[in-house]
Amino acid sequence: MLSRTADHLFWMARYIERAENTARMLDVTLTTSLLPQSPQQAERGWRAMLGISELQPRFDALHATMSVPAVLDFMVRDPENPSSIYSCLQAARENARAVRGSLTTDVWETHNYTWLQLQSQLREGLLQSDPKQFFEWVKFRSHLSRGVTIGTMLKDEAFYFTRLGTFLERADNTARILDVKFHDQGDAPAPAVAAEPAAGSQVQSQSQSQGALPRAGNGLGNGHAAENGGSPHYLDYYYWAAVLRSVSAFEIYRRVYRDVITPLRVAELLILRRDMPRSLAASVDEVCGNLEQLKNDRSGETARRAGLLRAELQFGRVEDLLAQGTHAFLTGFLERVNDIGQRISQDFLVPPETPR
Amino acid sequence: MTQSAIFNEMYVTHGSVRSHYGSFEGWLAGQSEDLMRLKRTEADQVFRRVGITFAVYGDGAGTERLIPFDVIPRIIPEPEWRFLEAGLRQRVRALNAFLHDVYHDQEFLRAGRMPAEQVLRNSQYRPEMRGVDVASDIYAHIAGVDIVRAGAGEYYVLEDNLRVPSGVSYMLENRRMMMRLFPELFVRNRVAPVEHYPDLLLENLRSVAPQGVDDPTVVLLTPGMYNSAYFEHAFLAQQMGVELVEGKDLFVQDTTVYMRTTRGPVRVDVIYRRIDDDFIDPTAFRPDSSLGVAGLLDVYRNGRVTLANAVGTGIADDKSIYPYVPDMIDFFLGEKPLLANVPTYCCRKAEDLNYTLDHLPDLVVKEVHNAGGYGMLVGPAATRPEIEEFRKRLVAQPDNYIAQPTLALSTCPTYVDSGIAPRHIDLRPFVLSGKTITMVPGGLTRVALREGSLVVNSSQGGGTKDTWVLEA
Repeated sequence: MLSRTADHLFWMARYIERAENTARMLDVTLTTSLLPQSPQQAERGWRAMLGISELQPRFDALHATMSVPAVLDFMVRDPENPSSIYSCLQAARENARAVRGSLTTDVWETHNYTWLQLQSQLREGLLQSDPKQFFEWVKFRSHLSRGVTIGTMLKDEAFYFTRLGTFLERADNTARILDVKFHDQGDAPAPAVAAEPAAGSQVQSQSQSQGALPRAGNGLGNGHAAENGGSPHYLDYYYWAAVLRSVSAFEIYRRVYRDVITPLRVAELLILRRDMPRSLAASVDEVCGNLEQLKNDRSGETARRAGLLRAELQFGRVEDLLAQGTHAFLTGFLERVNDIGQRISQDFLVPPETPR
Repeated sequence: MTQSAIFNEMYVTHGSVRSHYGSFEGWLAGQSEDLMRLKRTEADQVFRRVGITFAVYGDGAGTERLIPFDVIPRIIPEPEWRFLEAGLRQRVRALNAFLHDVYHDQEFLRAGRMPAEQVLRNSQYRPEMRGVDVASDIYAHIAGVDIVRAGAGEYYVLEDNLRVPSGVSYMLENRRMMMRLFPELFVRNRVAPVEHYPDLLLENLRSVAPQGVDDPTVVLLTPGMYNSAYFEHAFLAQQMGVELVEGKDLFVQDTTVYMRTTRGPVRVDVIYRRIDDDFIDPTAFRPDSSLGVAGLLDVYRNGRVTLANAVGTGIADDKSIYPYVPDMIDFFLGEKPLLANVPTYCCRKAEDLNYTLDHLPDLVVKEVHNAGGYGMLVGPAATRPEIEEFRKRLVAQPDNYIAQPTLALSTCPTYVDSGIAPRHIDLRPFVLSGKTITMVPGGLTRVALREGSLVVNSSQGGGTKDTWVLEA
């Protein structure tokens, strides 16, 4: 298939997945902010979320103070924020439109209708009146787009590139959701890891350039680690329960562990469990499987690196992986996912120079 | 002009229905207003969800609009269509023969049928095509001939669109929509199907592949998703199962055109291009074009790739050449034209220019190279200052214009804000030329939605209707 077509399909899938995970992240933050706590603690939750998305400087440039409506507005409907749900759903739809001939009618109409409905949802104020329902709607549309992809598309390259985009993005996003909690505790701030768009695609270059921002999380520091340590235990419980719920894993946790919620087990479930569909291991499994279907004479090294990452998750123990610190582990993971994403671009998506 | 002097497609006189509309009119009279309103809303919603939109130039990038769809079909009785079809075949055959001639022996010009410099000095004439042999000698593989009906119902050819005519996707989607909204109508009426157009198109494109290519790779070349007709490009590529490519997806190497794929270069044999000549190859035509493919013209001239339509077809649908088409039919085919031309004043002739300047309020004046309803004056609908403004342009560059009497285009009942009212329509059938000439019955009917307006172009606020060729 055309390299450009593959590129659009890959990013179409990434953007819808990113919109979904942004909704999940906002949902968990909103839920935790409702717990009894000091305004500073609540604000720290929102800042951590912005920090892990590398959006703190951009937000601060626009808003003098932190408020829930301001953050929601910024993360959901701000067209200038390339990571807002609005921008992601628009980019997904624009990428789909660019290759609508390679999609089934059902897939195209799903993306197009999502975009049209988003505008009426926002116009009618659903975000203000019932943010949780709005987040549910975003998740539902993403589920629908995946379902209609699996349910209607021929299993050819177009399908595998779409799936590859979905799982590469999910690997990245689940790592970020997990990292919200650890982000400001580690000593190494998160690197700028958001993938750059493949060159030559207008659609992405408008929407996909959040790399290399100044380090997020500034001004969070002094003294609050101790404060954090001193927070009542039940807050932690609610926090991790919310994280689990945000990735639809609360019931799964109960079924798998039949025990109280501990951060280590949450990490194990979301990092290592291959049977947990939103875990890092499951996402990297899918990345490897789709890469295998797509392999060409340039993609050997990319497949090797993805395979190595998969093996580490498959055979690693949670204690060992996290011995270096959860944040450091997640940072390293995000770097490697980003590297695989860039290599996929070079191998498949950016047309190579005319061979001589 | 009074409504009664205008040919109405549905009614002979008020209340007296033409026989081919009898069944439809009876059905329509039995539908409640509420139901019809509901159906029209449903049509709008579906078109929007499906994304059947077009981009509007000069209205901010990425603005997408729906083309208004009217649910009252335009009905053509089958015998009338058979006449139109014969006339279209004849006309397109003659136009292709003319194109081959002006790029080879120029017998038409040498026989004095028209002034040679009018062809050779025309900006639409491509000297690059002199002596180039194209597959099957076909230049205009896809023609969208605009036909209007005037007077007591006579058909006229208004213009021959031989470059990149568009609109066929609306013809197909309008039919799909009508069948979805009113399936019962298709049980009661024998409407000739049109849905096989993409198959005919693909077969036609494959039939004109370069010599020696048995299983040609066909692609559709689009300027991209911000082009006004992008929906149609994507739609046709999908329906034919061919790649939709942009210029940057193609490259030339060793006199061959390749497309860049995830598995390396793949050879391309036939390009159905929806990009104008000027933009197709920056090394041959406009160097600032980023839409085309460097070196494409060279490969094409070497017969290693087919372009549909051919480069240089614009010379045959230029409005200054149009008056000579009946002569072409006589010269190349030795036949009498079946379809009439609209009488045309060529402002390059002093006599015609004077007549035009004296009668501006009654005439339609068009720029010879323009299309899409841009750059034209509709005398009866124009204000005095508009006419005077146009007069200046006309005097400054008379060669650039032709004038025609304002035809009383036929009308068809159409839903408007105040209910159902007659609105002017035209018809664009699509004629496919390859080893043979094929077309689907009917075409795209466009309707001018503003009361009294004669401009049906979608870029000027026109709408469309489903077109039925009704078998007896």
